[in-house]
Amino acid sequence: MTALFTDAFLTSLVLGALTAGLPLMLAGLGEQISEKAGVLNIGIEGMMLFGAYLGFLVAYDTGSIWLGFLGGGIGGMLVAAPMALFCIRLGLSQIVIGIALTLGAEGLTALLHHFQFAQSYPRLPAVATLAIPGLSSLPVLGPALFDRPPIVYLAMLAVAVTAYVFRYTQAGLALQAAGDKPAALDAAGVDVGRVRTLAVLTTGFLAGIGGAFMSQVGAGIFVPFMTNGAGFIGIVLAMQARGRPLFVLAGALLFGACLSATTALQVAGVSIPTDVIQMLPFAAVLAVLVLFGRRASLPPALGTHYVRGAR
Amino acid sequence: MSDTTQIGSDALPAPRSGVWRDRARLLALALGPVLGAVLLSGLVLLALGVNPFAYYGYVVDRGLLNPYGLQATLTRMGPLLLIAAGLIVAFRAGIWNLGGDGQFLLSAVIVAALGPLLAPHMPVWLVLLIGLLVGAMVGAAWSVLPALLKAYQGVNEIITTLMMTFLGVSLANVLVKLFFRDPATTVPQTRTLIVADRLPRLFDTTISSGLIIGLVAIIVVHLVMTRTAFGLKLRIVGANPRAAIHAGLSVPALTVATFAISAALAGLAGAVEIMGVQGNVRADWNPAYSLTVVPLVFLARFNGFASIAFVFLFSVLSIGGESAARRTGVPNFFTLVVVAILLIMLGITEYLDQRRRAAGK
Repeated sequence: MTALFTDAFLTSLVLGALTAGLPLMLAGLGEQISEKAGVLNIGIEGMMLFGAYLGFLVAYDTGSIWLGFLGGGIGGMLVAAPMALFCIRLGLSQIVIGIALTLGAEGLTALLHHFQFAQSYPRLPAVATLAIPGLSSLPVLGPALFDRPPIVYLAMLAVAVTAYVFRYTQAGLALQAAGDKPAALDAAGVDVGRVRTLAVLTTGFLAGIGGAFMSQVGAGIFVPFMTNGAGFIGIVLAMQARGRPLFVLAGALLFGACLSATTALQVAGVSIPTDVIQMLPFAAVLAVLVLFGRRASLPPALGTHYVRGAR
Repeated sequence: MSDTTQIGSDALPAPRSGVWRDRARLLALALGPVLGAVLLSGLVLLALGVNPFAYYGYVVDRGLLNPYGLQATLTRMGPLLLIAAGLIVAFRAGIWNLGGDGQFLLSAVIVAALGPLLAPHMPVWLVLLIGLLVGAMVGAAWSVLPALLKAYQGVNEIITTLMMTFLGVSLANVLVKLFFRDPATTVPQTRTLIVADRLPRLFDTTISSGLIIGLVAIIVVHLVMTRTAFGLKLRIVGANPRAAIHAGLSVPALTVATFAISAALAGLAGAVEIMGVQGNVRADWNPAYSLTVVPLVFLARFNGFASIAFVFLFSVLSIGGESAARRTGVPNFFTLVVVAILLIMLGITEYLDQRRRAAGK
């Protein structure tokens, strides 16, 4: 076993945790914003998938990874917009519409992929990394954490910004009120619908970038159904994090490590069927729910439509 | 959970004079989304450069008019009806069992492995009976964790059942590839149940008797949910869990029972699909029926008889779509798009109806 824990192995373990965990983190962060505002966003899987597709398409056509991420974010928002319209404006069931959007995004991206890429299966070139001077030359952790594509640093920044917004700004307070007691927010003169709409669109943007990260950085290729439940894991992360973005980050890295441990073991020559690897994150999620499920906390008004003056 | 009741409790008794108008309204509410979905998905086809009339022509021809197609459609209804029955129980009790696909697939794999093992040693009817029972039990077993977490910890069952589905689909593959693999084939799959040992076909057709099992199940579920004290208890839990506690009902026990029945029906669907249609399970096979049946059950407002009609419509689309996929080059993923549009159309008609009624008051 000692030969297993070489520097290269540990580096690939940490690197894998980051690469697999980052999309989960973006999804969880996005979901947290929606849930804080009182919207249970089941459509996040569809938002990620559409972001993955559009991000790949834009990056492939323009050759720009940054436009790709922008496209991914917009792709996620394109799925979030109907969610905002139907659930927040019209007050339809958030769960039914969420399922519909996920199914629709799955079908649509698979169809579009079939007509565009099914013959050629094009790949994107590897994404350029940005080495942070000094830190990147640390042993083991340096190459894994501080020599990454710039989007990784931006995503970490997004966690800090979200934490700051939640805690110290009016917008954060409005978000919290929209989920805890929308009537109070309304009485304070803030439009509940607008707060929730912005929250859902932000979720779509973040989830879309998470999806785009999967297709552009993680895989370099778009494959139908490639998010494979990452959005749903994001929902669990948001539930367990009890409103704290840093907990989402920690949880995402934990699940990412779970995914990458098996990949790293394969690198080290231990053979495990891929199906077993695919089971690990979900088994981990369920284990977390069994152990800490009671401590999950959700806003009181989650999933309910706010009607002014209704009792 | 208020969402389920909002859509489910719509069929309130109407004043006698308005009965026919009320029925017409319900019919319009059911057919409006279907027409809207056909129209909109036709536009999607058009955008993809496919003639929608040609596509739907194939669907109707191959799924409904062609005798073999129609028999395939009716056979497909069997498992779908069982899944719908399971969803009706759960949704009426206000429980979102979205784990049907995992429950279905695991049961299918276990039954597929068990069938050819038992078949040489006992009469066919006993093999089939054991297969159906085991399928139901495997399905129910795969819902125990979400049921206990929901009943005693209050963990949201949407998340847990979805997680169990992802876990179950992978586990099913592991079982097929590592443990139940037929050594005689190169492609990983379970051993095949010979046709003579499968569920009998109806009369001189190719229709599997799984259709009868499905029809009986959904009608029994409908009657139990609407006509019995047990059904009333479940509906009270669904409508208002707090009121149910005050009424002296044991909500945790009823929650676990709901999960068990719902998942057992999904498991039964897996057994019926294997012993009636497939005969074996190939690795990576996952028809993902359950999530697509969800919208049908909503369209039917959790009514068993209406569900039969919608399951029939969907079966035509699904069987016809498979032929149309070969002819027109539109992959079967298109049915996912249709189902998604159908759900959204359902939501919009619901909204319009509520506004119209609010304006009429």
